Amino acid sequence: MAGAATQASLESAPRIMRLVAECSRSRARAGELWLPHGTVATPVFMPVGTQATMKGITTEQLDALGCRICLGNTYHLGLRPGPELIQKANGLHGFMNWPHNLLTDSGGFQMVSLVSLSEVTEEGVRFRSPYDGNETLLSPEKSVQIQNALGSDIIMQLDDVVSSTVTGPRVEEAMYRSIRWLDRCIAAHQRPDKQNLFAIIQGGLDADLRATCLEEMTKRDVPGFAIGGLSGGESKSQFWRMVALSTSRLPKDKPRYLMGVGYATDLVVCVALGCDMFDCVFPTRTARFGSALVPTGNLQLRKKVFEKDFGPIDPECTCPTCQKHSRAFLHALLHSDNTAALHHLTVHNIAYQLQLMSAVRTSIVEKRFPGFVRDFMGAMYGDPTLCPTWATDALASVGITLG
Amino acid sequence: MKLSLTKVVNGCRLGKIKNLGKTGDHTMDIPGCLLYTKTGSAPHLTHHTLHNIHGVPAMAQLTLSSLAEHHEVLTEYKEGVGKFIGMPESLLYCSLHDPVSPCPAGYVTNKSVSVWSVAGRVEMTVSKFMAIQKALQPDWFQCLSDGEVSCKEATSIKRVRKSVDRSLLFLDNCLRLQEESETLALSSRLECSGAISTQRSLLLLGSSDSPTSASRVTGTTGACCHTRLIFVFLVEMGFHSVGQAGLELLTSSDPPASASCWDYRHEPPCLVLQKSVIIGVIEGGDVMEERLRSARETAKRPVGGFLLDGFQGNPTTLEARLRLLSSVTAELPEDKPRLISGVSRPDEVLECIERGVDLFESFFPYQVTERGCALTFSFDYQPNPEETLLQQNGTQEEIKCMDQIKKIETTGCNQEITSFEINLKEKKYQEDFNPLVRGCSCYCCKNHTRAYIHHLLVTNELLAGVLLMMHNFEHYFGFFHYIREALKSDKLAQLKELIHRQAS
Repeated sequence: MAGAATQASLESAPRIMRLVAECSRSRARAGELWLPHGTVATPVFMPVGTQATMKGITTEQLDALGCRICLGNTYHLGLRPGPELIQKANGLHGFMNWPHNLLTDSGGFQMVSLVSLSEVTEEGVRFRSPYDGNETLLSPEKSVQIQNALGSDIIMQLDDVVSSTVTGPRVEEAMYRSIRWLDRCIAAHQRPDKQNLFAIIQGGLDADLRATCLEEMTKRDVPGFAIGGLSGGESKSQFWRMVALSTSRLPKDKPRYLMGVGYATDLVVCVALGCDMFDCVFPTRTARFGSALVPTGNLQLRKKVFEKDFGPIDPECTCPTCQKHSRAFLHALLHSDNTAALHHLTVHNIAYQLQLMSAVRTSIVEKRFPGFVRDFMGAMYGDPTLCPTWATDALASVGITLG
Repeated sequence: MKLSLTKVVNGCRLGKIKNLGKTGDHTMDIPGCLLYTKTGSAPHLTHHTLHNIHGVPAMAQLTLSSLAEHHEVLTEYKEGVGKFIGMPESLLYCSLHDPVSPCPAGYVTNKSVSVWSVAGRVEMTVSKFMAIQKALQPDWFQCLSDGEVSCKEATSIKRVRKSVDRSLLFLDNCLRLQEESETLALSSRLECSGAISTQRSLLLLGSSDSPTSASRVTGTTGACCHTRLIFVFLVEMGFHSVGQAGLELLTSSDPPASASCWDYRHEPPCLVLQKSVIIGVIEGGDVMEERLRSARETAKRPVGGFLLDGFQGNPTTLEARLRLLSSVTAELPEDKPRLISGVSRPDEVLECIERGVDLFESFFPYQVTERGCALTFSFDYQPNPEETLLQQNGTQEEIKCMDQIKKIETTGCNQEITSFEINLKEKKYQEDFNPLVRGCSCYCCKNHTRAYIHHLLVTNELLAGVLLMMHNFEHYFGFFHYIREALKSDKLAQLKELIHRQAS
């Protein structure tokens, strides 16, 4: 079953991306994704709503922030409430009442995050449920089947994911298996007209393995590609090189989705390296710990220093939290048991990420992306030249110099 | 502030309280309820989600137990708690305690009362209490009182008597402190304007008549705003020339036209006039004699309204106290609002309205939310026949399934699930794609299903609390709207019967 997948059942995959502008120096691009539930401007950050909810905020609030695509997770939803129920509820869109786009991960990442509960074979991943001890086998076919029931606009192949800190033959094994699993996912996909199946490039931190994976997977005519297996425990120096290698070998006319990224600096750098789509739990998770994202980093609002700070989190931010509330009030509320405090910060942090991406996009369209990057680094690190070495190197590799 | 009754039916008072708030242009309907908050925010809700709810009451309840620890911050903030919490348009009532958390007994002395916050115990003397209220600047606040009697079982009559005495003493001291701070503020203003000299102003204000007689003279009811009393006094005494500048200061919300007059906009905040209204607290435990004494004595003071304290507990204890309640409200003036603390269940609300209570706390919908339940009780005493049939069939099913009221242990409170609600954690809701309540126009019912809420509860997601709170508040506020409608159209008996039928 090795080699190229039979293309008989799959027509030429749709071109879902339209490029609007490209940076003349770096690899940054601005574009549009044309998806079943509407257009999405890129570069885009996709907030993560793992279990059919964006944590404490309603879909109306999420829509009001300008979000047009967010994530759900196959592993979690496959267990609770299960694909049959979601199908009865008119898919994940109907179940959670989200009118815009959804992207579902395949369950592959849980192989790493829940490694003690999983076992990988050629067949698939065997998980032991933490809730009732039951065993489930997540195969490429099963994963696609669940995602077909969920009805998300973009679905991900099941990949053999290995932590980026692992070295040795396991990495190679996982890379080749991911290719085979991609072909199985393509074959099992029942709804290519309604749902876009993305491939996920693996290969760990090994340039040769990555290159091989890129060469093979780009032979498959899928609507988009994700760069996987990164954003784990690897060094940033290795991280950016793998991203850069991947984008240099991925087709220009298809979206590049960098999974698990992330922090503001990483987003800006990886846009420069040619990525279009990002997801990360960080902004929403850190909100629930009382941390608000700002252009200079973050504010730990539970700290006493904010007790009498009567200004908003960010005077430039247009989100409802910053329009109505002060740091002092949020500080007081965070020290109470009213969950509203967490929701205020979730709203703000999502707004921060979306506003950042929007500003990035505008700068690309207006042909001033390199300048934007310098200003961004200046605000974040006090001076563009003080930005971390890996970022400086990464930006330099695509023609952007700081200071 | 002016309370006008439209009608009184079977002891139930229907009416409006007008001229409320700093600008005097807010109105409240009675019978009504106050929006329950925790640390100045509706539980689980941001401004956006709170404003999705229809029928949010004009007045919110704040609790000193959640705000006292922020005294210093609010003092430095200067602009009052309403603005601080992001609710500048809302009327605010500040109670001592949180009705949901029981307060430990043994911490009231002759000189102080303690409230319990997340940070621990905050002890307040009269002066500290008034200083906190000055920083908060609520529209109404519960006076410092000794409500400990309701925390314990079988209290001695001596202790009950003490609770009444102490509460009256606290009240008199608070009133005195409030008057003193207003006097100081006013005389500083008059002095600044050059209208009168310091000595003369103190003389005038120091010799004011007793507040009760002054309020009779003015004819305004419920006015414990002493600025008005002082104004009247000035006019009465014939100090027209002095009164002129004083009048301008007191009555105009716009700065005076004349350049030589004092401009309040540049006034240092510490001289802001106290416009908060003190709500007198009726104590007396379960002793009729003491209840009556407390009522009569408190009514003599220039309070803006009355809080009936010590009626909280479970349904059986309230039943025993209903007679007390009637006797107490009979002693109170008709033109001032009566609030009750610790009573929020729909059936209890109706019992209390029939005994002359006007305003209630809305913590019951919050408790329902915390146990993962949704209010489903019907209050539409005149539904269309088809709906009734559908509803009845549904109710019968639910009664069959619910053999007895279940006990549920939730975080912090041991509360039984009532028959006014359904428990969304139950497996039978897993595939129920109906809204929580058919016909409900709340955000949750218009956008989500029982199955979805069930999923959120099972997976322990935060959104469950948000959506349930939105529904439960809206349902509860709708109930109060129907109470007023029923009173208007003389259909209270039908509503009462409907509620009683569901109270199992």
